[in-house]
Amino acid sequence: MDDPEQVRARLEETGYLVDDGLAVACFLVLRLGRPLLCEGDAGVGKTALASALAEALDAPLIRLQCHEGIDASQALYDWDFPRQLLHLRAAEAAGVRDVERLEGELYDRRFLIARPLLRALQTQPSVLLVDEIDRADDEFEAFLLELLSEFSVTIPELGTLRAEQPPVVVLTSNRTREVHDALKRRCLYHWFDHPDFARELAIVRRRLPEVSVRLAEQVTALVQALRGQELLKPPGVAETLDWARALDALGAGEVDAELAVATLGSVLKYREDAERARRMDFAAVLAARGG
Amino acid sequence: MLAADASLVGFARALRAAGVDASAERLHAFLRAVDVLGAEARADVYWAGRLTLCGGRDDLERYERVFAAWFGPGPEPRAAQRAAPRRQLRLVAREGAGAAPDTGGNAAPDAPPAAAAASPVEVLRHRDVAGLDPVQREQLHRLLAAFALRGAARRTARRRPARRGTVDAHRTVRELLRHGGEPIRPRRHARAERPRRVVLLVDVSGSMAPYADALLRFAHAAVRGARAEAFTVGTRLTRVTRELAHRDPEVAMAAVARAVPDWRGGTRLGELLREFLDRWGQRGMARGAVVVVLSDGWERGDPALLAAQMRRLHRLAHRVVWANPLKARPGYAPLAAGMAAALPSVDAFVEGHSLAALEQLAAVVRGAERA
Repeated sequence: MDDPEQVRARLEETGYLVDDGLAVACFLVLRLGRPLLCEGDAGVGKTALASALAEALDAPLIRLQCHEGIDASQALYDWDFPRQLLHLRAAEAAGVRDVERLEGELYDRRFLIARPLLRALQTQPSVLLVDEIDRADDEFEAFLLELLSEFSVTIPELGTLRAEQPPVVVLTSNRTREVHDALKRRCLYHWFDHPDFARELAIVRRRLPEVSVRLAEQVTALVQALRGQELLKPPGVAETLDWARALDALGAGEVDAELAVATLGSVLKYREDAERARRMDFAAVLAARGG
Repeated sequence: MLAADASLVGFARALRAAGVDASAERLHAFLRAVDVLGAEARADVYWAGRLTLCGGRDDLERYERVFAAWFGPGPEPRAAQRAAPRRQLRLVAREGAGAAPDTGGNAAPDAPPAAAAASPVEVLRHRDVAGLDPVQREQLHRLLAAFALRGAARRTARRRPARRGTVDAHRTVRELLRHGGEPIRPRRHARAERPRRVVLLVDVSGSMAPYADALLRFAHAAVRGARAEAFTVGTRLTRVTRELAHRDPEVAMAAVARAVPDWRGGTRLGELLREFLDRWGQRGMARGAVVVVLSDGWERGDPALLAAQMRRLHRLAHRVVWANPLKARPGYAPLAAGMAAALPSVDAFVEGHSLAALEQLAAVVRGAERA
């Protein structure tokens, strides 16, 4: 892929629509080999980008979900103690006397459990998704920083493993906590905004071809109007898709104000938000869309 | 190409002056990105810079501004996308140039009667901060700098080796192997404990002016020492955690003074609390945290809004502590409309007028003392 336009075309083939900025971002990620740090509200397609990239590159997606207290043995590698023990017992039963060889065998690759990060280094090519990095601790961030700058891991018993072709790395953050500057500096930064009407409609049409054009237009217009309200949790594209799917499942070819209010639960997940939305004039929004 | 590079380097320098952390490493990435893109087009340079030089959403608006200034306001090919971040960024309190802060408003409280001179430190500990002379103030600053504010402990998902607790299979097996499979005493581990996050909301409105400096120094010590976040509230909400992160209290105070646009204005506690919860609190900052509001509770806005937001905060936070410097005055009763509205959602209501009171506040935050 030689320029951002080609990257965009490939991603759109997979059903993921990108704007100019994101196309340039993906192009630079591939070209410069830098990780991409994605920030934005929930449900705007940060995680979906990684799977789209994997599909576009025809590479496996390796996902590391971060959580509080995650450490190297969960993210990088671990030794399979029960199997090592079993191996020792088996050797004892078989009457193996060659202790040195036995010890060497204990730290063989087959007893190594590769966790996502090591798997990403060993798989070429691959797309590594480090999801919700803001949930991990500072210590883990420092560890990740080291890995992302070298793309190599030293296992004391085996030596250094280096990725000949570094994986494409996508990090996502929901900004519950500021990611450390040193890690940010190593990454390209992209802020995901909610899409405008035309783009969101295109996404709905692409992802849900079974939904009628009219319903897709109406749902998109309603969600865009909802985002204009002061909601605790503005709906993302994921919610738009959910809503369209729900209405389609109800057999609705189009939506009126009453039906919209009845199905609000698939878009708004806070009681306060639902109350505020109920006071909105859905009929007017729908009428403005050439009712 | 050299001239073009020089222009890009100059652009990065201008960004740095505007407060974006366009470090050498980022600049290097920027130049490479422009090179890879073969960027002649303005849009390519725009995106290359935005992707490589910015490190957070707060940077984006500054970037837009400096880009327009440096490369001239060009045609806007993606007007819709450019407009979007601006809409959300308007909420960034210290960036906005919107409504002028209210002035006047609440009358400053009278200084309480000064105590007679006695054993210096002990007297100082109990003196109202509002009535100190410069020498005592300096001493107070030194004492405040050594402060620590830890949140109440919380159990984490991580386990640490411990004497008591569940059996740690990994370490036990490892130890077994070391002993050639001979039986050994099982190793144990237990859940680790970590202090909860502490969030400080410091009122810097006119009525709190005599206390603001001391309370911000208190916030400085807290941010330096532990996982604390600090905000100032007045007519605007400003996040000052980063400004307070500097080791030297004087430098940190100067940085805060530059960042906070609404010293000594009025107070819109309810609205600002809502903004805090929308932008930060709900996302996770207030979740399970100990939230400390340092304010006298003079509310110029609607007390009902404040009451609703306090209830929301109370549902999110582990504990809500309210420190009110006026509480120490003889005959004080929480009659201010804002204070009365907030109190039902407050777990602990403490004083905050002197060093001893702040020490007590720290104990309450730590969970050692239930006030």
